[in-house]
Amino acid sequence: MKTSATDLDLAIQVDEAARVAHAVKLRRDRRERNGRILKHVFLIGVSCVMLYPLFWLLASSFKPENEIFGSLTLWPSEFRFDNYTAGWNALPKSFTVFYMNSAIVTGLSVIGNLVSCSFAAYAFARLQFTGRSFFFALMMMTLMIPYHVVLIPQYVQFLKLGWVDTYLPLVVPRFLASDAFFIFLMVQFFRQLPRELDEAAMIDGCSPFKIYWAIILPLSLPAMGTAAIFSLIWVWEDFLAPLIYLNDIKSYTVPLALRLFLDQEGKSAYGQMFAMSVLSLVPVVIFFVLFQKMIVRGIATSGMK
Amino acid sequence: MRRFFARNAPAYVFLLPWLIGFFLLALGPILASLYLSFTRYDMVNVPEWVGLDNYVYMFTRDRRFWKALDVTFTYVALAVPARLIMALGVAMLLDKGLRTIGLYRAIFYLPSLLGASIAIAILWRQLFAADGVVNQILATFGIQGASWITNPNTSLYTLVILAMWQFGSPMLIFLAGLRGIPRDLYEAAEIDGTPRWRQFTRITLPLLAPVIFFNLVLQTIDAFKTFSSAFIISNGTGAPADSLLFYTVYLFNEAFKFFRMGYASALAWVLLIIIAVFTAVAFFTSKYWVHYENERD
Repeated sequence: MKTSATDLDLAIQVDEAARVAHAVKLRRDRRERNGRILKHVFLIGVSCVMLYPLFWLLASSFKPENEIFGSLTLWPSEFRFDNYTAGWNALPKSFTVFYMNSAIVTGLSVIGNLVSCSFAAYAFARLQFTGRSFFFALMMMTLMIPYHVVLIPQYVQFLKLGWVDTYLPLVVPRFLASDAFFIFLMVQFFRQLPRELDEAAMIDGCSPFKIYWAIILPLSLPAMGTAAIFSLIWVWEDFLAPLIYLNDIKSYTVPLALRLFLDQEGKSAYGQMFAMSVLSLVPVVIFFVLFQKMIVRGIATSGMK
Repeated sequence: MRRFFARNAPAYVFLLPWLIGFFLLALGPILASLYLSFTRYDMVNVPEWVGLDNYVYMFTRDRRFWKALDVTFTYVALAVPARLIMALGVAMLLDKGLRTIGLYRAIFYLPSLLGASIAIAILWRQLFAADGVVNQILATFGIQGASWITNPNTSLYTLVILAMWQFGSPMLIFLAGLRGIPRDLYEAAEIDGTPRWRQFTRITLPLLAPVIFFNLVLQTIDAFKTFSSAFIISNGTGAPADSLLFYTVYLFNEAFKFFRMGYASALAWVLLIIIAVFTAVAFFTSKYWVHYENERD
């Protein structure tokens, strides 16, 4: 008897709690609906502010020179493409050359990063060896060191090797896993893969290289993709290293070429400068649209765990 | 011995590119840079040992060094909090019950992704030019704008605004962090009638502390290293009146314009020490304000 009474009490209490919870939920739903509209209005406003500079750049690149400054309207009175055609050839070398240069540097750098960083990450994440934690700690420390500390000795070193004004200083370090960030990213990913895979493969007589190539890499395509996209965008946008190592205009990458427009100031070729600026952003925007998920996940997880 | 070798060889083969890179591109240059910082070195003559002269000169007589520190610290102190507050605010708006989150997230992140581009620095120069868009917008409200970029009193703020515009990547990290906070905590607080503001200070902030800490450290280190935008906007010199003389711009000019490689190395070491001290302080104080999930039980 006693027990069933407490059961009843309990049932009433649970019921009561459920009713309160439901009322709270209703109230919250109503509040949230109103809040949501307000929120969207606000977010759309912020979006406009965020995008306006980019649209202004895009619009200006189609405007005749005298319209760029003086009006806030984004829509050009007439669309002009001559900023693009003239801008492409406005510098001592055409942008065909600069894009080729950027493509070579970026392409080789991405390959270098993927190969060397995945090698190192595989060793750190999946292999047992003497000195592993020691070297891992060193690797993590290099993540903290600002590039400027190694910049000057590296420059002297590459100058003595006769590498200045070639792409070697920009590309070779990437084949030596100089971007420790990507090692770290891959280590995080490799560690999540089940150990049993390696063990089973080992029992079947697979070499570590075979395991890396046939098991780890195929399973790590998301991590590889993320690293590829990030290194592509960063190398494409990189300004400091090309600024230091490339002196000859014909070896300039796109960012260096854009800077040349600034040096030509007074010639007032703003439309052309903006047109080429827009073009320099196009690859990044395309990759962003195509690989948005990877980029978002990459930012959200890198170094988070 | 042979077994030791057999056990370790494969790992070291995989590690080889990184090991070579570490010794030739990191450890070697770090030590070389430390050595050079005690020398006078112009790239033509052999480095001449001058002891602590570079450092003594830097701290006692080099007014531009102090100016560069002043500019950089001011920038860090303004830009980092501004960017993080924007990032957290927008992340919280996006976090709850929005179906269109993907689109907003993309729009807000895009400026960060493009942010390192020279194109954006060029754009920013023109937006804040005397006849630029910002002044035209102000003019429509009847406000007389300034020549933001060429006025040393305002030029730094244009870069702070650029930094605010690029709140996307900390925002994404905040979003991931917010998703990790259990919903039922908020539901319980609702039932108890806890006001929103207290929910924010009692639930969101404490549970997000590790993420805030992570963002703070990362963003601060990044802000100390700001280069490209400052370089482009100031024409590579730190002008006007050195108001955009960011530390890295000063370092670059000392090294690659005036070829004072020894002095520039000393500057680089001071930057390293500043960043190291900041990181260490952040980590040591973090135990008072950052509590990790697994520490509590």
